[in-house]
Amino acid sequence: MEDVCAKFVSQKISKARWRPLPAAALQPPDVFATGSWDNEDNRISFWSVGDLVNAGLNGEYHGEPQLLCDIWHNGDVMDMQFLDQERIVVASSTGTVTVFRHHQNNQTLSASQRWEKAHYHVDQDTSCGGAACTGVICNKPEIVTVGEDGRINLFRADQKDAVRTIDNADSSTLHAVTFLRTTEILTVNSIGQLKIWDLRQQRNEPSQIFSLAGDRVPLHCVDRHPNQQHIVATGGQDGMLSIWDIRHGTMPVSLLNAHEAEMWEVRFHPSNPDHLFTCSEDGSLWHWDTSTDISEKPSFLHQGGRSTAYFSHNTINQSVVSAWLSNDPTKDRMEITNLVPNQTLSVNSLDILGPCLVYGTDAEAIYVNRQLFA
Amino acid sequence: MEELDVEPPLTVVPGADPSARQLCFAWGPAEVLVCETLFDRAGTADGGPSASCVFVFRKDQDIYIHTLRKLFNESHGIFIGLQRSEEELAGKSRKAHLVQVSKNYRSVIRACMEDMHQAAISARDPALQNQYSTQVSILSAVELIWNLCEILFVEAAAAGPLLLRLLDWVRLHVCDVDNTVREVLSSEDPSKHELFWNVVDVFVLQGRMDEARHLLSKEASANPTSMNMYRILDDLMKKMPVPSLNNTQTLTEMELKWQHWHEECQRYLQDGTFASNSHMESICKILLGDEDAILEKKELMTTWYHFLVTRLLYSHPTVKPMELRFYAQSSMDLFLGGECSPEPLDTILMAAFEFEIHQVIKECSIALSNWWFVAHLTDLLDHCKLLQSHNLYFGSNMREFLLLEYASGLFSHHSLWQLGVDYFDYCPEFGRVYLELHIERIPLNTEQKALKVLRICEQRQMHEQVRSICKIMAMKALRNNRLGSALSWSIRAKDAAFATLISDRFLKDYCERGSFSDLDLIDNLGPSMLLSDRLTFLGKYREFHRLYGEKRFSEAARLLLMLMTAHIAPCSFWMTLLTDALPLLEQKEVIFSAEQTYELMRCLEDLTAGKSEKEKFQDDNVETMKVEMLRLALARNLARVIVKEGTLGAS
Repeated sequence: MEDVCAKFVSQKISKARWRPLPAAALQPPDVFATGSWDNEDNRISFWSVGDLVNAGLNGEYHGEPQLLCDIWHNGDVMDMQFLDQERIVVASSTGTVTVFRHHQNNQTLSASQRWEKAHYHVDQDTSCGGAACTGVICNKPEIVTVGEDGRINLFRADQKDAVRTIDNADSSTLHAVTFLRTTEILTVNSIGQLKIWDLRQQRNEPSQIFSLAGDRVPLHCVDRHPNQQHIVATGGQDGMLSIWDIRHGTMPVSLLNAHEAEMWEVRFHPSNPDHLFTCSEDGSLWHWDTSTDISEKPSFLHQGGRSTAYFSHNTINQSVVSAWLSNDPTKDRMEITNLVPNQTLSVNSLDILGPCLVYGTDAEAIYVNRQLFA
Repeated sequence: MEELDVEPPLTVVPGADPSARQLCFAWGPAEVLVCETLFDRAGTADGGPSASCVFVFRKDQDIYIHTLRKLFNESHGIFIGLQRSEEELAGKSRKAHLVQVSKNYRSVIRACMEDMHQAAISARDPALQNQYSTQVSILSAVELIWNLCEILFVEAAAAGPLLLRLLDWVRLHVCDVDNTVREVLSSEDPSKHELFWNVVDVFVLQGRMDEARHLLSKEASANPTSMNMYRILDDLMKKMPVPSLNNTQTLTEMELKWQHWHEECQRYLQDGTFASNSHMESICKILLGDEDAILEKKELMTTWYHFLVTRLLYSHPTVKPMELRFYAQSSMDLFLGGECSPEPLDTILMAAFEFEIHQVIKECSIALSNWWFVAHLTDLLDHCKLLQSHNLYFGSNMREFLLLEYASGLFSHHSLWQLGVDYFDYCPEFGRVYLELHIERIPLNTEQKALKVLRICEQRQMHEQVRSICKIMAMKALRNNRLGSALSWSIRAKDAAFATLISDRFLKDYCERGSFSDLDLIDNLGPSMLLSDRLTFLGKYREFHRLYGEKRFSEAARLLLMLMTAHIAPCSFWMTLLTDALPLLEQKEVIFSAEQTYELMRCLEDLTAGKSEKEKFQDDNVETMKVEMLRLALARNLARVIVKEGTLGAS
């Protein structure tokens, strides 16, 4: 697609994140961070796309992302989250969690806080034995990390020691974590379970467990609806998208056949949650749009080069009007668009903010689309 | 064995001293390990400090150049696209498509060259700068060769268009002169510039008539006296017939026109129209295809292939592809004039002009330090159906051999191995075997990487490798005391033996601690419980505990008995199970029926009878007491149940 620009960066990208905007900002995001994996030396890099000199008069944008600064990172970057506009929390395959600060005046990066071996096997003090930290989520000043060791850590950005650690929180690998509310978190693991943890409780047990029926397909990613907190989306090893209503039952409300391989990341659009984005090992990135109402819009809108498909929902009756949970198959369809037509290698990560989408691949390229809804 | 084409290059191992010690080596997939041995040549084992270094030799060192990774990744996409489009295309569109693919490859090379150039400029370290500049010149040579192959083999341009393509080729690659041109044009008065005539000559030599005429018109306006001379030359240059790209005129037509124009030029030269101006006279001679006149401009052409194309332009514009070789050979001889011997690039280009595709590939393989170029070019030429007749005396065909070499190189890289997978996929004969061998050697440092490797194997039904990867991961988890993870991995691999081993560990932990770990996993085994007997037992035994905890005693009792009578439980575990039955036997209400009690008694007797007297003697008191207690409890339960059942029957 013409409005996407790509840049080959000579490192496999495992994560890409937009820098959050200040509350009152009106302009689209202009800086994003990437992390690499499986390299001899992995790096955290900051990129700028908001070069106003290159922007045309009508706001069109043509230049490719420019590297602002980068810094060496020990181990694969497993996950990354911005804590605020200057700091980013990075999870490493060595089990270490690092907070990097981006100095915007002289464009440099430095590590401002580090928790060595926040995740570990057997013994924290031995020289080896770190366990990969697979997921991190921030809710300033709190940082929650999960890892292959099944451990959950709660840090505060300014404190040296963990505020809370739940050892053996999960007997299998925890793959991802997100905040449900300020005191509750959601984790997904490699035996198809979604668990809610209430950090106020001292018990080291989840307050609720949800699971996929049958095959225990591992879940790799999770995201919560930005406005309706009871709606949660997860992506699994088989590429299936599951939508859960955590107020009811213990099983997903709907299962949607999606990618052909592992779904690595799922994201609701933060300000326009009728749109959802997923990316996968099979090299595709899908845009799920439930805002289209088939009865109102004629079908010619969906012609053209994009591969478009309709999926009807398979849901149980809900009183709340949400496109993700509603169930009327005649009225409610969703439009699904693959945004990467000829991709071969995995799309490992994506992030959306405003009209901008960024994603990174194993083909060592980053892609930026600045006019998502154009 | 065939004879060696070139002497193998000698690599000096830095830090090793072969005169003092001998070196030993071991082959790796794409590397060689070398180390000094303790073996002494003289046979006197005098000890001495033992060898402390192991050297790793990489065959394909270009793989490790950072900037080239862009080339590998981008061309990977083009390669895959080409393989996939193979089925759909036929006939004319096919050729157009292949040419497009070839152009895409070239644009990737050019982009990479630009990056490398930038890097060379910004590099501070002179050694690094030098390395980058070397790479730039290699890449530009590669692009030059590729472009020529594209014209001659992929597009297979016919007489007429062939010359136009060759002209484009020369213009694109002989770009040293462009700087001079820019300098002259940007000066205040170009016609007064000392290099003015050089620039005009360059334009004429490259057949850029319009540009040459434009410059000449400037000169003409400055010299009104010789206006007529300029007009005539301008007219000649304007009228020069050129072959057309589309078939608007036949070759004969073209030749006729050209003959006519040639004669006109000849006339003007002979009647001395240009005699007063040596520059213009030499241009006119060039237009006539005078070899000596062209050779005089040797400095401006810089290369023999430029000379060749200029010579063709002004003496044989309708050259046929097959005639190229004669002109190429004589042009090279004339141009080099025995002063210097041809360099590898010259030999490669010459082979291309001679349409010796295999020679081109062979020379490139020898001259270049990576397999990227030959592998991709050969693949493209193979898609053009130009290589079918040739088979190697080893391996499969040439395309596959080169792709395998290239992909093996990728696999030896810590990060580029993912690209190699797809190349192996398109090697029908040995690709699979190579992939199987290489994929097992990828270090799996995180579960996510393991999952990616697994996905590759699963998509290709490589069951053996799937099992081995899962086993490695399960072993790792087990070593880290992550029983839950270990079990998950062995379930994924459907590895019954390993699942049994882990189940045993769970049961052992239970016996030691009296409680289960990892309940969230064991409670959710589902159908995977049936993978191994021991795992089934583990699941069922946990179910028993759950039923007991929920005070569903009769169900719990039934399950417990079933575990023993159906021989699901291992014999070693029977005592524990019987002990678990004790509290059930001692409940206020009767739980085991008479028949069930008899069964329990039989289980107990089976267990004790299996042991010899000696063993019994050795068993400690606790064990004996347990048996006694069980017997007592069973007897009491039996008494109660007989009374109860009897009462029920009577009522």
